Amino acid sequence: MSSITVGDFLRSRGVTRRDFLRFCTATTVALGLPATMTPRVAAALEQARRPSVIWLPFQECTGCTESITRAHGATLESLIFEAISLDYQHTLQAAAGDAAERVREQAMKDNWGRYLLIVDGSIPTGNPGYSTIAGHDNLSMLREAADGAAAIVALGSCAAFGGIPGAQPDPTGAVSVADVIKDKPIVNVSGCPPIPVVITAVLTQYVTFGTLPELDALGRPKAFYGQTIHDRCYRRPFYERGQFADSFDDEGARLGWCLYKLGCRGPTTYNACATVKWNNGTSFPIEAGHGCIGCAEPGFWDNGGFYRPLSTGNWGSARTVGAAIGVGAALGVASAALARKRQRDAEGA
Amino acid sequence: MTLLEFARGPGLQWSITIFIVGVLWRLLGIFLLRTKKDLSEPRNPATWKGLRLIALRSWPRREFLGGTAFGEVMGYAFHIGFLLTLFFYVPHVLFFADVSRGLIGTDLQGLTGFAWPTLPNGIVTLLAAISIAALVAVLIHRIVNPVKRLISNFDDYFSWFVTVTPLVTGLAAFAHFAGWPYERLLAYHLLSVELLLVWFPFGKLMHAFTIFAARGATGLIFERRGASL
Repeated sequence: MSSITVGDFLRSRGVTRRDFLRFCTATTVALGLPATMTPRVAAALEQARRPSVIWLPFQECTGCTESITRAHGATLESLIFEAISLDYQHTLQAAAGDAAERVREQAMKDNWGRYLLIVDGSIPTGNPGYSTIAGHDNLSMLREAADGAAAIVALGSCAAFGGIPGAQPDPTGAVSVADVIKDKPIVNVSGCPPIPVVITAVLTQYVTFGTLPELDALGRPKAFYGQTIHDRCYRRPFYERGQFADSFDDEGARLGWCLYKLGCRGPTTYNACATVKWNNGTSFPIEAGHGCIGCAEPGFWDNGGFYRPLSTGNWGSARTVGAAIGVGAALGVASAALARKRQRDAEGA
Repeated sequence: MTLLEFARGPGLQWSITIFIVGVLWRLLGIFLLRTKKDLSEPRNPATWKGLRLIALRSWPRREFLGGTAFGEVMGYAFHIGFLLTLFFYVPHVLFFADVSRGLIGTDLQGLTGFAWPTLPNGIVTLLAAISIAALVAVLIHRIVNPVKRLISNFDDYFSWFVTVTPLVTGLAAFAHFAGWPYERLLAYHLLSVELLLVWFPFGKLMHAFTIFAARGATGLIFERRGASL
């Protein structure tokens, strides 16, 4: 835990009081807290000590890190992210190899039982050599780091649910953090990648109140994952009226009609994309003309084709239907033959 | 595997497989039966005219109208509402088109150039509600009427249940019933459809495939014997 407060840090970075309060208001509302809590959030956040955070990237593509650190540029959200004492993140830090590992071990020792552990990427349970950091395999590194953590944030769908590494045929036996760690509070911030403001809001709540947000059944903050994208989609009225784009370049697509027919997963995907949006609130995939692919949900990669409508399901194939026809026909012929034999026997008797 | 993943995957595949196997088993089992040779002289040589019974039985006879009107009206209300909901609601049409593409490589539009027409959601909702109301009415009638109650068995009530459930769960999913998660409601809807498919070949719902053939066969026999249709 650093001796510098978050308020000191932000002032050192030239953040004005007005901008700071604006951020606190937005974060308070985003967390689902009443707006009257804003002064408390501001006061607590200003006085809060910078918490020690250890970030372990495992089987990941660095998209989550990119999302948090690069997407918005130098916004207050990214400054809050910087305001934490990020003691270990091997993608971002200059040190590497044994030197970096010593930093991690020292930070863990100094803050044992108090640091926040962020994990992005899934954990391979097959051959330990599938993914290693400075000679340490991911599974043992996670267990060791989780042991001294106050709480864990599983960042991105890979850490939250296994994600793309866990998609069929799952060559590495990839699992989520919650599959491995059972005795620590875990917040799943799913998405591929997750929305930056969601992770900063979780961090802000933790820094401000020392608590974690209320979670849904999949361990995600309810404030952001409480409603489907379809529920909050600006194209929803077109769905209700039965106005759909049939292709990505037809008249319906140009008129901004609903993308359900083109495979949009909005009705079964819980995330805040439609409200918080991306790139500083500029847009989100559906607004850009592409259906939601459901990346914040477990197993999204194996959940049918992204361009098949949600109502199609995995009904089988011509082969399975053909086999069913063959079996049904054989049973029908056999039962009729049996009945005919009984008829003949009865007539002969 | 979530409930929805099961409903959209293995549940759907197995129920469709059981439906196809069961329907063919029963249809071939019936149609391949040996018909007993009728040695009597036909009263009417043009027995094929008996096929008129297929259409005639679809309309109430005037002399019995008082007793059958309720069942006829409710029957038509349910069947029309159910079939329009099944075949003209956009998500259902997308499902059938996907099956068609999987089986023959193309859908109706690819074959004919014409897209399968669909109905606006509001109209489909109304039709589904009418179907449910008609089913509830016929169930009450079945229970209240002593004769119908006496001749009803498990098959009647269970077939009613598996028929009404997809309509109810479908409406619930569409309306986001009670704020329940959509994927849960969608899973319930798919599972209820799968229950319908599994039960279909083995209960009275099989009448959908046999009713017209049965009427035709009865008409041919009646015509041969000179009975009034």
